[in-house]
Amino acid sequence: MSVGIVMLVHTALGRAEQVARHWAAAGCPVVIHVDAKVSDRRYKAFREALSDVALIRFSSRHVCTWGAWGIVAATQDACEMLLGDHAEVQHVFLSSGSCLPLRPVDELKTYLAARPRTDFIESATTADVPWTVGGLDEERFTLRFPFSWKTQRRAFDRYVEFQRKLGFRRRIPDGVVPHMGSQWWCLTRQTLQAILTDPQRAEYDRYFRKVWIPDESYFQTLARKHSTHVESRSLTLSKFDFQGKPHIFYDDHLQLLRRSDCFVARKIWPHANRLYRVFLTDAEGAMKRREPNPGKIDRIFSTASERRTRGRTGLYMQSRFPREGWEGGLTGARYSVFQGFTELFEDFEAWLSRTAGCRVHGQIFGPGDAEFSGGQQVINGALTAKAALRDHSPRTFLTNLIWNTRGERQCFQYSPRANQAVAWDMAKDGNAHVSVIAGAWAVPLFRTRRPFEEIRREAARLQRIEHEFLDALRSPWAKARAQIWSMAEVVEAPSEALQASIDEMGLRTARRLPELPEMRDLTGFGAFLQSLKNQGMHPYLMGDFPAEVDEPAQDEEPDDKPRRPYMVKK
Amino acid sequence: MGLMDAYKLGRERRFHLYRALRKRHQLKPVSNRARKIRRRDILAFTTLRNERVRLPYFLEYYRDLGVNHFLFVDNDSSDGSREYLAGQEDCSVWTTSASYRQSRYGMDWINWLLMRYGHEHWCLTVDPDEFFVYPFCDTRPMAALCDWLDACEIRSFSAMLLDMYPKGPLSAQPYVEGQDPLEIACWFDAGNYTISRNWKHGNLWIQGGPRMRVFFDDDPWKAPALNKIPLVRWSRRYAYNSSTHSLLPRGLNLVFDEWGGEKASGALLHTKFLDTFGAKAQEELLRGQHYGKSREYIAYHERLQADPDLWCKWSEKYINWRQLEILGLMSKGNWA
Repeated sequence: MSVGIVMLVHTALGRAEQVARHWAAAGCPVVIHVDAKVSDRRYKAFREALSDVALIRFSSRHVCTWGAWGIVAATQDACEMLLGDHAEVQHVFLSSGSCLPLRPVDELKTYLAARPRTDFIESATTADVPWTVGGLDEERFTLRFPFSWKTQRRAFDRYVEFQRKLGFRRRIPDGVVPHMGSQWWCLTRQTLQAILTDPQRAEYDRYFRKVWIPDESYFQTLARKHSTHVESRSLTLSKFDFQGKPHIFYDDHLQLLRRSDCFVARKIWPHANRLYRVFLTDAEGAMKRREPNPGKIDRIFSTASERRTRGRTGLYMQSRFPREGWEGGLTGARYSVFQGFTELFEDFEAWLSRTAGCRVHGQIFGPGDAEFSGGQQVINGALTAKAALRDHSPRTFLTNLIWNTRGERQCFQYSPRANQAVAWDMAKDGNAHVSVIAGAWAVPLFRTRRPFEEIRREAARLQRIEHEFLDALRSPWAKARAQIWSMAEVVEAPSEALQASIDEMGLRTARRLPELPEMRDLTGFGAFLQSLKNQGMHPYLMGDFPAEVDEPAQDEEPDDKPRRPYMVKK
Repeated sequence: MGLMDAYKLGRERRFHLYRALRKRHQLKPVSNRARKIRRRDILAFTTLRNERVRLPYFLEYYRDLGVNHFLFVDNDSSDGSREYLAGQEDCSVWTTSASYRQSRYGMDWINWLLMRYGHEHWCLTVDPDEFFVYPFCDTRPMAALCDWLDACEIRSFSAMLLDMYPKGPLSAQPYVEGQDPLEIACWFDAGNYTISRNWKHGNLWIQGGPRMRVFFDDDPWKAPALNKIPLVRWSRRYAYNSSTHSLLPRGLNLVFDEWGGEKASGALLHTKFLDTFGAKAQEELLRGQHYGKSREYIAYHERLQADPDLWCKWSEKYINWRQLEILGLMSKGNWA
């Protein structure tokens, strides 16, 4: 009982030689197929180099092009040679020149001897797996593929399209159900013999010659016909990336490969000297009877593919710059935007950072330099407060801020006075939480001593800007979670708006706020709005304020006594 | 892209190649060992002027990464750079005293050498103060990267310029020949970069870092570009278009993913800011041979009078490529 090795070699002949010697030294007969594209000179030198090993033979050469029949023909010839020459071979292991045995050959022999009737070949029906490259699954068995996918892509695609339109379908030979799977298998003598001596083989060969990528389906399909026990997995550890190209192993994968307990891995970088040195000489150690466990390697490679296809949300850099709409979210983490709160409440920022326990910035989009928390000129990631740099690219400023501070919730103030270039960006960002007290921009105007005509003009401008922002937040494209109150509502019941904003952030579980920030003195605000109206400028965003010089109830309390918070029951 | 645009870009590319061909007469070989170049060798291309003190470590660094042959254009050095390089077995040196500016800041010369010697090689075009890092550069040689790029059929590899600076005034820590400049200039800005897309040539335009933060904080549009594509599987039909920021044909500039994923990329650690910088800036200012009427050097000169400290509280100290990967300045892509 023994295992025979078929090696398909096309590059790195030196490494192939090393591995072939390794197999032969452990008593495994080896048949090597060298791609006909390798020059005769190199082929001769390669044969010469291995001429001292009796167990190694060479099969007749075929041209092996990716996705074409040559690889199957080469495998067939090599297998026939191996089975014919070595009657003691019980299993045939198909490997490539860039495969590397990870465990001592004896362990593989023992493993296979304990499973004398088992065929290890990954084999699944096309309907059930999404592995395909180029969008062809079942069609690879029913269409014709005279053009090369790699070098004649346009002709390939057009011809496929043409056949689809005509409704062309090839007949699948009787008695087989198309299966596909990894090219690297290990079959028993019985199964392989049955496949190679099948009376219908000529018909099958004729059929598969025109199938696309037959090396992934010929043996996989026919093993299903002849085998008594198919174990649908490959003994060769081989991982493919999102484009269907095999991942490559390097020296720094040594520990991973050791712990995987797989028998053979591919593909190994030819210059991974350490891997070759360790795995081809390290025959020491107790016999391990463990099952192969490639879980960890799987994880590393699937994370890598995910990184390539999905990327890190909220990151914009030299090799990730999504087109608009393809970002997977503008920013990488949730943040809160408050508009109108600092205008209406004294010391709102300090209160917010006390209550919510997160990083609270002032007006970071101006006017003027960004007001970072604690009055810092530079914050995380060396992002500066300079207005010129921020306004150079406001959206980048926002995404940088959120990216740099990931892991810590950010809150900042916004207003109609700020740079509006990011208004739509925030409205469309699912990570944004925007609370607006509409019309609160009027409070600073009400408190200034400027010529009334100027105030009127400024009020009209701010109202227009805020109106546009609210439109954005309410538009069907908006993804931000927006809470909008009119100023009148908030003055009526301040705790409601504050409580709702804090709740929305989902940071605190406290049922009610322990304290409320103090509202600015609004005595005469109604009259101020009325005089704006009298000038023909109607402020409508803040809701209704009585025009008379009113005396709100809370103002009756003495100044030194803070107002008590209260809760509005819903 | 319409036919007209394609034609215009093609004309632009041929124009660069034509310039390169014409300017080749300005290059005088000092020591041409290019016949030593083997088929799969990785080549480095560099223009320099008076960089003698940096060269020993520069060569050591890239030899360690696995660069097989260096091709230098010496722009009239007077500090012995030329003689030093001529004595190195794996270096070929050409010299010229022609104008750096009129050679499109050296790119015509480099384009010529690339055309002549770079065809079908992986070519790394770097300055003597730029150090290339890429994913797994501590465990895998450059040949591994190039083989992987070949296997993925990728022909160009992006490495953003990352400005490194010391803590404290530039003059405080003098650089000694043979020393790793990153021992002094080991700080960088992690997250203040702005990016926009150049639709004509298809490349990104990245700005930011300490130079924008300190020297160009009142006029950010003039801040230098940091996007670079230094590693290319060259073909004699290619041409660098604007320094190593972009190439033609423009498909080579698509080193970023547009659909939300991340391609693999590296970084060029830029160790310009050493104690040698003051003298250099002074000299370059007088020569006036640099991009945009040397406005960069004018800006430096103004601030350098004060011997500024580029360091700030939020500067990041360089550890290794993994740190840059985590910070999002470069990416492994699907290389694992």
